[in-house]
Amino acid sequence: MFIPEASNSALKVDSTFTSILIIEVILLAIVTSAMVFFVVRYNIRRKQKPENIEGSMFLEIVWTVIPTLLVLVMFYLGWKSFDIIRRVPKEVMTIGVTARQWSWLFSYENGKQSNVLRVPMGQPVKMLLTSADVLHSFYIPAFRIKEDCVPRMQTYMWFTAEEEGTYDIFCTEYCGLGHSGMLSKVIVMPEKEFAAWYGRAEEKVEKPAGQKILEEKGCLGCHTTDGTRKIGPTFKGLYGSKVTVLTNGKERVITADEKYIKRSVTDPGADIVKGYPNIMPKLPVTNEELEQIVEYLETLK
Amino acid sequence: MVMDNEAAMKAPVSFYGEEGRFKGIFSWIFSTNHKRIGIMYLVAILTFFSIGVILGILMRINLISPGKFISERTYNSLFTIHGVIQIFLFIIPGIPASLGNFFLPILIGSRDVAFPRINLMSWWFYMIGGAIVILSIFTGGGAPDTGWTFYAPYSIRTTANVSLALVGVIFLGFSSIFTGLNFITTIHRLRAPGMTFFRMPLFCWSLYATAWTQVLATPVLAITLLLIILERAFAIGFFEPTLGGDPILYEHMFWIYSHPAVYIMILPAMGIVTEIFPVFAKRTIFGYKAIAFSSLSIAFFGYLVWGHHMFTSGMSDTARVIFSLITFMVAVPTGVKVFNWIATLYKGSIQLDSPLIYSLTFIFLFSIAGLSGLIIGTLSLNLYLHGTYFIVGHFHYTMFGGAGFGFFAGLHYWYPKMTGRMYNEKTAKIAWLTIFIGFNILYFTMFILGLEGMPRRYFQYQPQFRTNHIISTVGSWILAAGLILMFGNFIRSLFRGEKAPMNPWGGKTLEWTIPSPPPAENFEKIPVIEHGPYKYE
Ligand code: HEM
Ligand SMILES: [Cu+2]
Ligand SMILES: [Cu+2]
Repeated sequence: MFIPEASNSALKVDSTFTSILIIEVILLAIVTSAMVFFVVRYNIRRKQKPENIEGSMFLEIVWTVIPTLLVLVMFYLGWKSFDIIRRVPKEVMTIGVTARQWSWLFSYENGKQSNVLRVPMGQPVKMLLTSADVLHSFYIPAFRIKEDCVPRMQTYMWFTAEEEGTYDIFCTEYCGLGHSGMLSKVIVMPEKEFAAWYGRAEEKVEKPAGQKILEEKGCLGCHTTDGTRKIGPTFKGLYGSKVTVLTNGKERVITADEKYIKRSVTDPGADIVKGYPNIMPKLPVTNEELEQIVEYLETLK
Repeated sequence: MVMDNEAAMKAPVSFYGEEGRFKGIFSWIFSTNHKRIGIMYLVAILTFFSIGVILGILMRINLISPGKFISERTYNSLFTIHGVIQIFLFIIPGIPASLGNFFLPILIGSRDVAFPRINLMSWWFYMIGGAIVILSIFTGGGAPDTGWTFYAPYSIRTTANVSLALVGVIFLGFSSIFTGLNFITTIHRLRAPGMTFFRMPLFCWSLYATAWTQVLATPVLAITLLLIILERAFAIGFFEPTLGGDPILYEHMFWIYSHPAVYIMILPAMGIVTEIFPVFAKRTIFGYKAIAFSSLSIAFFGYLVWGHHMFTSGMSDTARVIFSLITFMVAVPTGVKVFNWIATLYKGSIQLDSPLIYSLTFIFLFSIAGLSGLIIGTLSLNLYLHGTYFIVGHFHYTMFGGAGFGFFAGLHYWYPKMTGRMYNEKTAKIAWLTIFIGFNILYFTMFILGLEGMPRRYFQYQPQFRTNHIISTVGSWILAAGLILMFGNFIRSLFRGEKAPMNPWGGKTLEWTIPSPPPAENFEKIPVIEHGPYKYE
């Protein structure tokens, strides 16, 4: 196939695809060669007298019944594999997925959270999907499956990863400006390695609280901490710098102090940094979280 | 066909020279003559088509090197406006409003449509709708950026100028409803004496089936879009989940119209190629009734399959299975048509001129479209391919390769009748070849991109997709060159083309019994019909 087949679902989908493609290529070949053959065989240059055949009940029945049977076969192939892909086994590990503009958050049963998905090889995993804002769709091409993430609703999918490796995760339901940047990876790990990672105490000891908030709230979907430009301005060196903003359409230069940073989170549309779109959503944050964010940004020199 | 040959010989003034109440431009924009309205629609529709093509090419240019020429925000607006224009301003009104308006009354032996003034009003609604859509690009919070599907809740939350664009689309919807109403009434009331339903040319049948779909499905779209406007203005809570609304309800309501709309696009194109096959094979059509009834059954079953756009939406699995089954069933009447067209070539005497070449290409491209449609109609494969470039490839093959090429076939077929001039056949063939090659390079690559997992509506992409994106973009340039050649040929021939005879192709339907271009009233004396439309000896 075109891309790795890294899960049980991928194998099912690809074998269905191959069977259907074979039927279709034959059909297309018949139709096309009949056209070409007739155009050559009955060309006006051959000066044959045309025959006015009005139709044939027999043929109409033939080319209604045979295609009907063929499409029923295709439908059945699709249904059968779909049924397997959708029927969740009893023993599964459950991982929650929250999609938001424009990043992914994965939450494990033991409370671990991350922006990259890690799954054990050979073990069925069920993903419970939802969205914090608009529609998104969770897609892993190497597993051949996707399902939409709908706000205030839970959808699901499941798979058993079969090949160790790192594969793309894409968002395939248009969700606004950063849609094409809403990427992540799924890392398929041998069961032992996964267990070690899963059991390891939360890395949060090493991470400043502010950074964790940025990850959880999805701020890093648009802002970076390393100086590169994404959808929003980077956080690196922001604290204390001079920023040109548009306030009610008027340009002014202000210093990015604590007050400015807090306002930018609680009322994102108030001062818009010049050269960036006014699209940041209002995120629910507590005062304590705000303090921690500011504290963290201060350290990003 | 009994025709007043003498009257036709005298060649009364054509509708271009008609003396009306108004002079100059007003003799057009206030004309209620179906042929003038048809020509005005044609000019407007092809203009919008060209704008849409330019936007498409800009998108392709971005995809060679994302961000270098075009920003993310602009790209998102480009595919939105491109989609809105190509769907609502080009392909939906496309054939019925232009060629249908011009030829339907002639083909059934009538002097005009049933409601000429509503016909004019539909054109005005179309122009107003088009103007509003264009206006929405430059005003308010910036060009709409939702995709042509306007999915909630994003379309409710975005600050872009969505409401205005939706008002434009609602106008376009009404224009389409007016045309539908007019055609249904015309076909029921204005057929010439002896022109029974089963003596009508099959293009009329396809317009008839289309018209019912326009009248019955389009109001749903108008209501749905109106709800989005209300939701944006007053936060009512139809579709916005934070207000208790349901975004999946929006998807249902949107596709209840927009799937049948696919048949509004394709049926008239099928009608056109059905006219062309017998004329260029010099024999009667194979399976008249099978083709007529398959049009009706496509239009009918087209209502029941909208859910195949929502296989991954979170809709129940049972619903997914049922929608998939019905989707597969619609393929059958479509197949029946293809087989009857090909059988019409059997034992004919085939003259391979550009209208037939475009019709054969239509069958080829539309077969690929339909077969790729079966792939994504397959439940398990949909989970893989939904929302990827496979879909983009599929719908361009359907709408452009199918409906678009059918339209081009019709333009070549009826150009002599509409303008009174012949185009250059050799140039037409070269243009066809260029378009055909460019088209397949541009869009077939998209199937491969989709199989590789490339999502649609992506401004930028992972490096593994780069090569195919570049190939696809090169295809778009070849296609553009072909289109310029085709339209150039048409425009040049308006002035330089040879005078067209009354019946350049040896057709048997009524339009070929009156002068090219036709007189204002079409028929000096309404013909009396005594047999079916494709009577070759
Ligand atoms: C030279 C001609 C054309 C080119 C180069 C072109 C190219 C494209 C491209 C690159 C996309 C966006 C892909 C994405 O980011 O998802 C697109 C989307 C689309 N195109 Fe075209 N296209 C052309 C003609 C047409 C025609 C003739 C039609 C219809 C009759 C059409 C209908 C659409 C629609 C409906 C969309 C989807 C927009 C959306 O996602 O909201 N295009 N086209
Ligand atoms: Cu997205
Ligand atoms: Cu559909």
